Amino acid sequence: MKVLYFAWLKARAGIGEETVAPPPEVATVGALLGWLKARSPGHAHALADLAVVRVAVNQEYATLDAPVGPGDEVALFPPVTGG
Amino acid sequence: MIRVQREDFDAQAEARALVAGNHRVGGVVTFVGLVRANAGDAAIDAMTLEHYSGMTERELAKIEAEARARWPLEATLVVHRYGRLVPGDQIVLVITAAAHRHAAFAANEFLVDWLKTKAPFWKLEATAQGDQWVEARAADDQAAKRWVAE
Repeated sequence: MKVLYFAWLKARAGIGEETVAPPPEVATVGALLGWLKARSPGHAHALADLAVVRVAVNQEYATLDAPVGPGDEVALFPPVTGG
Repeated sequence: MIRVQREDFDAQAEARALVAGNHRVGGVVTFVGLVRANAGDAAIDAMTLEHYSGMTERELAKIEAEARARWPLEATLVVHRYGRLVPGDQIVLVITAAAHRHAAFAANEFLVDWLKTKAPFWKLEATAQGDQWVEARAADDQAAKRWVAE
């Protein structure tokens, strides 16, 4: 599974992209975020307030209960500010 | 049509090219977004736009398809820039063309409102106090939401 971080999440996590292999019970976006938090203090800082974290799975917006699995591309980013 | 690019654009030339030869078009609305020199009280030296390549194009294409489903449009173009920009630079171009003005005006505003809340772009502002990520504005969410009820 590939995880991408954008904007201040990237700065806080200290990484823009990583390949991870969470255990099979990590099967939803919500469970994945919980698992990622434990990877480093930077990850914990980036994911401290999930109210300001948006998630896309395979480049489509996803909610915390959406399924994730091996081979998925999961992107984590703040609310968008383009235009 | 969707383009995500680092380069600047020429709004007039884009509008002419978009409707060239299409004589059903009676009105063309062109919106150009610029980099402001200030964020609240803080002066901005520059701004860097980051985006999620791939998802950005997909989201913009979805928003464009939604506009074309809602209004009778002859042509649409969205160009959004990324990279480093300075005050006065053009960031975004939205052109809508229709037989009659109402559809062109309404669809243009819809496209701008929705791309601000859906397209995965993030602005990093460089100020005298340092770099800071722009926070999403509740007013933008409200502007996008009003199209849901209509």
